[in-house]
Amino acid sequence: MDIRLKALTRSIWAFHVSAGSCNNCDIEILDCFTPRFDVERFGIQLIGSVRHADALVITGAMNRKSVPRMKKIYEQAPKPCVVVAVGQCALSRHMFRYSYNCDEPLDKILPVDVYIPGCPPKPEAMIAGIMKLVDKVRSHK
Amino acid sequence: MKILFSYFIFPGFLFSAFVGLMAGWVDRKVTARLQWRHGPPWHQNFTDIIKLFGKETILPKDARSTFLVSPYLGLLGLVLAATILGQAIFFEADGFTADLIVLIYLMSIPAIALIIGASSAGNPLASVGASREMKLLLGYELPFILSVVTVIIKSHGVTRLSEILIRQAALGSNVFSLSGGIAFVVALLCMQAKLGFVPFDMAEADQEIMGGALIEYSGIPLAVFKLTKAVLLATVPLFLIVLFLGRNTGPFFLFVKFIMILTVAILIKNTNPRVRIDQALRFFWRRLTVFAIIALGLAVFGL
Repeated sequence: MDIRLKALTRSIWAFHVSAGSCNNCDIEILDCFTPRFDVERFGIQLIGSVRHADALVITGAMNRKSVPRMKKIYEQAPKPCVVVAVGQCALSRHMFRYSYNCDEPLDKILPVDVYIPGCPPKPEAMIAGIMKLVDKVRSHK
Repeated sequence: MKILFSYFIFPGFLFSAFVGLMAGWVDRKVTARLQWRHGPPWHQNFTDIIKLFGKETILPKDARSTFLVSPYLGLLGLVLAATILGQAIFFEADGFTADLIVLIYLMSIPAIALIIGASSAGNPLASVGASREMKLLLGYELPFILSVVTVIIKSHGVTRLSEILIRQAALGSNVFSLSGGIAFVVALLCMQAKLGFVPFDMAEADQEIMGGALIEYSGIPLAVFKLTKAVLLATVPLFLIVLFLGRNTGPFFLFVKFIMILTVAILIKNTNPRVRIDQALRFFWRRLTVFAIIALGLAVFGL
């Protein structure tokens, strides 16, 4: 197995993108870094600049204002970079499905690698989702 | 051949990078334990560096050519400093006259490289980070150099590291005299700023200016900056040990003293909030410089 890919799965730096969420998913993401869950055990860190990112953690229903910015942020991230959709809104637009302002779901805009459902998802669910992605990347070689 | 070996392998690049990355892990682990977390595994910093070498390097549209050159400049200068310091500690005969002064110059090169790199990135937040780093450099260099001068005066004008070590081996560590103690505390606080640890990390504030000076860096240049930080984390505590705690520099004592200085730095880091740049400057120029001058005066009177 490629050592770079192995290192990538052991040290994921996450960049948090909020595309118009209600803040619940954001709070639950921050919960992952608290003493009870502590994802730094797996080398996962929250970083400030998108140029350092390995994973874009996206929350919220995509509204018309945030879609072009989302595309721009994805282009700015250095590849290989995965996209993690967190929460029901990012997955399917949830209760904003018939809204005039939310045209298309996230996976029509960006290539999503992990879907984590829930409103909001539990931190356990997020850690399980990330670990499934890690296993998938490792078995894929 | 011997010069290349000592530059790239033993006291130089590989050795100091290894020590620095392990020290960085100690930092992360102790921070995690203080926050009641578990913390990363011991190879975490090595994994981060290897990962960054495999990532894409993005060149911003407005970047100038110094953007890609400056990380290597900083690392090369700093590794030279680590080599000179390691030669003085491990092979006493290899030092040269006034290597202490050369070392002071070489250890400020990483900060200058960071300023050059950030100001050629063409990003407003990066230039904010660069200007803060520049002000911080002006702030901490003055008391740091004054405390080094205190040591020079205490050893009767000798500017050769191995002679300073020999003198301390005969007469006891510098830190156990009045002027040496004050100068040591001043140098310890300046080290905190030199390493960019928390009360003085306003140049790379993640939550405030999104990584500041490093905001546009990705891939290999970012890995080189992380390596520079690691080598700095190995070099500056060793420098303080040579100047102030140099009575016994056998491997075991060296290790214990290194861990001690590192722990003090980590504890300061974890119990303080980030200060503003003007507060930092006031702290360095009005408080620490005064203390450093007092230490200097006491050293002149032989205390």
